[in-house]
Amino acid sequence: MKAVCWRGAKDVRVENVPDPKILNPRDAIVKITSTAICGSDLHLYDGFIPSMMSGDIMGHEFMGEIVELGTGVKNLSIGDRVIVPFTISCGSCYSCKTAQWSLCDNSNPNAFMAEALYGYSAAGLFGYSHIFGGYAGGQAEYARVPFADVGLYKVPEGLTDDQVLFLSDIFPTGYMAAENCNIKPGDTVAIWGCGPVGQFAIRSAFLLGAERVIAIDRFPDRLKMAKEQAGATEVINYEEVDAGEALKEMTGGRGPDSCIDAVGMEAHGTGPDYLYDKAKQAVRLETDRPTALRQVIVACGKGGTVSIPGVYGGILDKIPFGAAFNKGLTMKMGQTHVHKYLDPLMKHIQNGDIDPSFVITHRISIDDAPQAYETFKHKKDNCIKVVIKL
Amino acid sequence: METEAGKINQSQAETDETISDKERWASIVGGSAMVLMGLQQRSLRGILTAIAGGGLAYHGATADKSLQDKVVDATGINKAIRVEKTVTIDKSAEELYNYWHNFENLPNFMKHVKSVQVLDMRRSHWVANAPLGQTIEWDADIINDQPNQLIAWASEEGAQVDNSGFVRFSPAPSDRGTEVKVVMEYNVPGGMVTAAIAKLFGEEPEQQIGDELRRFKQLMETGEIATTEGQSRGQ
Amino acid sequence: MMPGDIIGHEFVGEIVETGREVKTLKKGDRVVVSSMISCGQCRYCKHQEWSLCDNSNPKGALQEPLFGFSTSGIYGYSHLFGGYAGAQAEYVRIPYADYGAIKIPEGLTDEQALPISDAFPTGLMGADLCNIKRGDIVAVWGCGPVGQFTIRSAYMLGAERVIAIDRVPERLKMAREQSGADTINYEEVGAGEALKEMTGGRGPDACIDAVGLEAHGMGFMGAYDEVKQAVKLSIDRPYVIRQMILACRKGGTLSIMGVYAGFLDKMPMGAAFSKGLTLKMGQMFGQKYIPMLLDRAVKGEIDPSYVFTHQMPLDQAKQAYETFKHKKDNCIKVVLKP
Repeated sequence: MKAVCWRGAKDVRVENVPDPKILNPRDAIVKITSTAICGSDLHLYDGFIPSMMSGDIMGHEFMGEIVELGTGVKNLSIGDRVIVPFTISCGSCYSCKTAQWSLCDNSNPNAFMAEALYGYSAAGLFGYSHIFGGYAGGQAEYARVPFADVGLYKVPEGLTDDQVLFLSDIFPTGYMAAENCNIKPGDTVAIWGCGPVGQFAIRSAFLLGAERVIAIDRFPDRLKMAKEQAGATEVINYEEVDAGEALKEMTGGRGPDSCIDAVGMEAHGTGPDYLYDKAKQAVRLETDRPTALRQVIVACGKGGTVSIPGVYGGILDKIPFGAAFNKGLTMKMGQTHVHKYLDPLMKHIQNGDIDPSFVITHRISIDDAPQAYETFKHKKDNCIKVVIKL
Repeated sequence: METEAGKINQSQAETDETISDKERWASIVGGSAMVLMGLQQRSLRGILTAIAGGGLAYHGATADKSLQDKVVDATGINKAIRVEKTVTIDKSAEELYNYWHNFENLPNFMKHVKSVQVLDMRRSHWVANAPLGQTIEWDADIINDQPNQLIAWASEEGAQVDNSGFVRFSPAPSDRGTEVKVVMEYNVPGGMVTAAIAKLFGEEPEQQIGDELRRFKQLMETGEIATTEGQSRGQ
Repeated sequence: MMPGDIIGHEFVGEIVETGREVKTLKKGDRVVVSSMISCGQCRYCKHQEWSLCDNSNPKGALQEPLFGFSTSGIYGYSHLFGGYAGAQAEYVRIPYADYGAIKIPEGLTDEQALPISDAFPTGLMGADLCNIKRGDIVAVWGCGPVGQFTIRSAYMLGAERVIAIDRVPERLKMAREQSGADTINYEEVGAGEALKEMTGGRGPDACIDAVGLEAHGMGFMGAYDEVKQAVKLSIDRPYVIRQMILACRKGGTLSIMGVYAGFLDKMPMGAAFSKGLTLKMGQMFGQKYIPMLLDRAVKGEIDPSYVFTHQMPLDQAKQAYETFKHKKDNCIKVVLKP
């Protein structure tokens, strides 16, 4: 089959690789129909996430049709059209049972790596480095899905791929970011980053009852989408005005009740094994560039919540913790508990509250994936979201 | 030597008025971590023999500070490789005990154990993978067996690798499942270098036992062991 | 801080004079005073977030560049927090006295009421922020006075077990004997590994940073000086936060009561993110917790005086600081008597 393989920093190639096979009883094989490139794939592309190995298959936002099932999967059938959550969850550990799906105890075969770096291991992820399990990803014609009986989610009749594809990651991610803000009536939410996750966070904040959402970015096309498509009340271009000052003025001097950092880390171009090795050696390093997070902490109103859906992989410097402490902030973060949000968000889509396809700017064939990574990385051609059609 | 240690423990137990030695060792087996880490002079087998047949009193490590301090302060040359690891599994102690008690199941999640054959109620025959494709074999006895709580085993006299261990099952707080603690000790046999034993046990014994317990948890909770071996990738 | 500033923010005493608008207090009342100065009228005070008061810091403008917004004043705690004269003195002025000074019920001694001014409510808030549920194991870094009360509070709020971490044997002993905590001496064993083993491999459900408060006088001055000089700074003690992030169980809560003023370096945000942690923090909401603590004390459920190891006359304050700072003579907490 064809697959997008990681070959090193800024080097992904479409290659012919062996088709996946069932390895465990609860596995399924999915023939992929739509798969997207995620902003967090750019961290891999830039060689910034440690423990990628040459030949790894990329991709964690995908859907398709079941073509093969392990003997232990009873609730699905060959031919079912399904969405695949990017977090792999067993459904039977304490974390899964308490709906903390992305913290699954059992789905990461390389848990020892994550433990060395993070103390405890969270769930395995598709196509997201060996620290998170080394699972082959979904930018391919087929993918093996472990714990398919828990992970795969059947698509109701009458919905297109474009409408439901983003339930695999970015829509639930934006939604959980907003939910973590514990929004109360009258609240103002400020969102840094108007990429796809930011767009869904804006929309979700309204679904959860925010009175105002203020979106912050530097790309006019993204701000335009935030205002026109996602419905942000106001937008701030931080290259034109000081975002902190502008927010203070816009909120009557109180500051936003909660802030979302939907930017996350920005690549520095460090080697793949850098972080893991260095962390083990407890050597001093800063790996991520947390400009947005610093701004978010200082801009947030007293007693407010900072919600962090943007992926941070490593170690940050110069975090204004004094500001966070003295303002009594709450900081909430984490990979998305995708499984938890599938039902409610599918309802929103079916009810017509939202059509997630609005973020798609590019539809391509898998052969064009390497070029699309470049376009997406440099935000050329007003690129916001790329979907690969198979 | 081990049996002597056991005898010493037992005789002390009979004379100590305040807290019997048997209880102390039971407290170590039953109590929290770090205590065993500090046990330098006593062999695990001695401890296990000492408490065999006795009731398993559960004391936290803090129940007897003086003992903990004493143990931690103990000095001596320790040739054994001893590892200790705990994992919490969301299943009943009974289920976990039953699976473990059939030693023939152990190779399902213990990579260094090739096979175990149960000979009778007490005895079993173990085959472990050794470096360079070799295997090491020995017979082991169950020396302490408390249903749904504890299984302790030790190799028989004259085994190629003198080893012993126990697994303890105790309830985790509230609805969090069962805490499974494993302690294993491998003693350096005559003529075999420590490094070879280390290899047998993995480069990092702590990590190996940790991985094995994690696989046990995966198997018990999900019915399978998470893997990517054999999946697609670019050549 | 400036030379000549009076320090001290934990005190009890007797009212000798009141402003004309003070309604609830009169001369002769024995009171315990929250270390946080709060107006009682703003949105934050009304929401019981007393240390976030909008109005009580006359020098709030100093804070804005650093924190974004100004927070409440604190007695004797640098000009960043209002420059209020502190209480290691014979008399002290209490602004917003109706809200800040709370009458001590009959039957409590000064030593029993004094920790309820700051250390105990700080500990209680540290535990309260953890949202402790049945079966939870709570790890507390630091067994100074705040740590001691944090441990006690975690048990009061229903923790299954509290594990206390320090390196000073007397403090660990107090944690065991007064509150029944399990203890880890981090100079003897690795705290992270020990916690993992002691929690069945799961990790503590919540981790509380109660370190550094007793030494903050020094730390804070350093911070403030560097802020004034607009120097790039990383002056806090981030070690504990780093360790807590790695030691905490997945989905757990970090509660940070150790005082932080500046910037934090080498923060393992990847670990915090990957494990889905919640970080909660803040200066304590004194007025929220003081009444309930006084109530418990008067009922005999708690006797906070156990943390005092030393009593000295105010004249010997300098010596007391030295003893306390270097933890000489098994010193845990000093009460100064004017």
